[in-house]
Amino acid sequence: MSRLTDYMTKDKGTMHFVPFVTAGDPNPEVTIDLALLLQELGASVLELGIPFSDPLADGPVIQRASLRALKGGMTLAKAMEIVPEMRKRGLKIPVIIFTYYNLLLQLGQNQFMEKAKEYEIDGLLVPDLPFEESEALRAACRANELALISLVAPTTSPQRLEVIGRESDGFLYCVSSLGVTGVRKTFHPNVLAFLERVRASTTLPVAVGFGISSHEQVQEIAPYCDGFVVGSAIVREIEKREVTLASNREKAIADIKETLSQKLLLNIEGADNVEEAAQNN
Amino acid sequence: MINLPDARGRFGEFGGKFVPETLMYALEELEEALTQAMADPEFMALYQATLQDYSGRPTPITHARRLSEKVGGASIYLKREDLNHTGAHKINNAIGQGLLAKRMGKEKLVAETGAGQHGVATATIAAYLGLSCKVFMGKKDVERQSLNVFRMQLLGAEVIPVESGSQTLKDATNEALRYWVEHVEDTFYLIGSVVGPHPYPKMVRDFQRVIGDESRQQFLDLKGKLPNAITACVGGGSNSIGMFYPFLDDDVALYAAEAGGQGEETAYHAATLAKGRKGVIHGSLTYLIQDENGQIIEPYSISAGLDYPGIGPEHAYLSSVGRVHYESITDREALAALELLCQYEGILPALESAHALALALKEAKTMPKEHSILICLSGRGDKDVHTIQNALKVGEKDE
Repeated sequence: MSRLTDYMTKDKGTMHFVPFVTAGDPNPEVTIDLALLLQELGASVLELGIPFSDPLADGPVIQRASLRALKGGMTLAKAMEIVPEMRKRGLKIPVIIFTYYNLLLQLGQNQFMEKAKEYEIDGLLVPDLPFEESEALRAACRANELALISLVAPTTSPQRLEVIGRESDGFLYCVSSLGVTGVRKTFHPNVLAFLERVRASTTLPVAVGFGISSHEQVQEIAPYCDGFVVGSAIVREIEKREVTLASNREKAIADIKETLSQKLLLNIEGADNVEEAAQNN
Repeated sequence: MINLPDARGRFGEFGGKFVPETLMYALEELEEALTQAMADPEFMALYQATLQDYSGRPTPITHARRLSEKVGGASIYLKREDLNHTGAHKINNAIGQGLLAKRMGKEKLVAETGAGQHGVATATIAAYLGLSCKVFMGKKDVERQSLNVFRMQLLGAEVIPVESGSQTLKDATNEALRYWVEHVEDTFYLIGSVVGPHPYPKMVRDFQRVIGDESRQQFLDLKGKLPNAITACVGGGSNSIGMFYPFLDDDVALYAAEAGGQGEETAYHAATLAKGRKGVIHGSLTYLIQDENGQIIEPYSISAGLDYPGIGPEHAYLSSVGRVHYESITDREALAALELLCQYEGILPALESAHALALALKEAKTMPKEHSILICLSGRGDKDVHTIQNALKVGEKDE
């Protein structure tokens, strides 16, 4: 069992908040500030997205974040280098790298593993690498104690779900709706039945993502899972404050904090997680 | 070599399925339906009949007598895919996939298009079969190819301008894939080339191999033997695979022309095999034009059908084992060949096909008179007249 799974399962009944931000959107300093802010808001795990020219699993909000980050020269290697900076500033929670496969291939699997170890990165998620293509990377991740997180979708067949549920690491990432990342009002109509199937297939924690932006949505799925991923709803707040982030970063970050805590009612139930994370690191 | 791809959709190390989890079931469903359809004589008969009665196949082989004499070398023959309905080989694949979609009970087609040729072919088959059709097209291409946009709309298709990324073919493909992920339960994604995740490269090849199968028989009937060499152009590479595939095990030299744009040494080309590196694009492991960090670079060619940053995985494989020789042809070389074909044979080829022609002229010169070389003339050039006119004007100024 990876240290990520360990971390997520030690407290039964905790609902884990897993935020996503694009590294370098609009610059690395803001990404570091956000990581700390999200930890303060109760995040259990941080998903750090790597910008890609052709992000085919992402909706418009994260596509635009990628473009902003790429303009600033962000790369997979540079994004990984931000993590120790976050740690220096007090980030205690686990960090997962979310990257498209081509970026990983170009950096090189070995190079990635070395850096992940050096920078104490906890997990890896590759949205365009389905289970069937992941054998070599899975083995390398195991050897390096890095959790390779798998995605499952409402369209995943029972046979595949069984294998993926058994062979995966970290947590199982359930895609709540068909389609790309982005804020939605409704989940896939069969999402709850799907989450029950997922739960039955695995001993890993189960987190739900794609389209989550409100406390109401979280409450709907909470009985069926251990965590929820929020991406576009956070990235959108960054985008809205692109100007202020450049002129008055402190104020912009404070605004983002207020908006997110209202929308997701985060600071209340999440406070305990942070303290525990601090004790464990 | 002809038994590829393997069960995992690999041509050697190339190919595979690098897609979001949501699409895996759709690819499995497609693979199963495809395997059943290809083994069903009734489906294959319907496909053949539609090629014949709707697209006008078989397309002829034309002996380019005056051009052969002018070049002085091997005899030059043209496989006339330009004489297909809608003016290019693209319709072969659109007919095959359209019939398959209908067989699978999917009433909605979605497609990507660059210059608009594949979009027109898809809109055409959708109208013919009574299916709905959405075509994703980069915003820049929508502006550059307004006539094709109108043509698709006339055929009843909805053209959706794509504003993401660099607003061209690669982004249209991303957007079509994104749309498919969201509507996977009732929509068929009709890819226009031998690219994308398995089983697309295999499926598109199998619907395009009619080019090579016909050519082989026609050449045997005409000359009593096979041609010594064949050339075709390659962007994604569907006409070239369709032409080459039935000849892979024969003693026939195979040459493919990549778009060299303004020259391989410049930043303006689409010479994927010459200048690209291995990576993953649109669901497939292949060669692609990218920067040192893995960001995909927008390619360039005068020919809108060749400016794709990747290449079909089977081409990457055939290049790696040395079975097909890939060379790049510049805009200038393609234009010069196009003018020759117009003046010596009265045929205006598409700019894409002019690349295959230019490469053939180079090879023909080095071959003995008794040899023959066959060119896949993949499409007609009416769509390019405006581009050609502009390019030749600029060329005059340069000289």
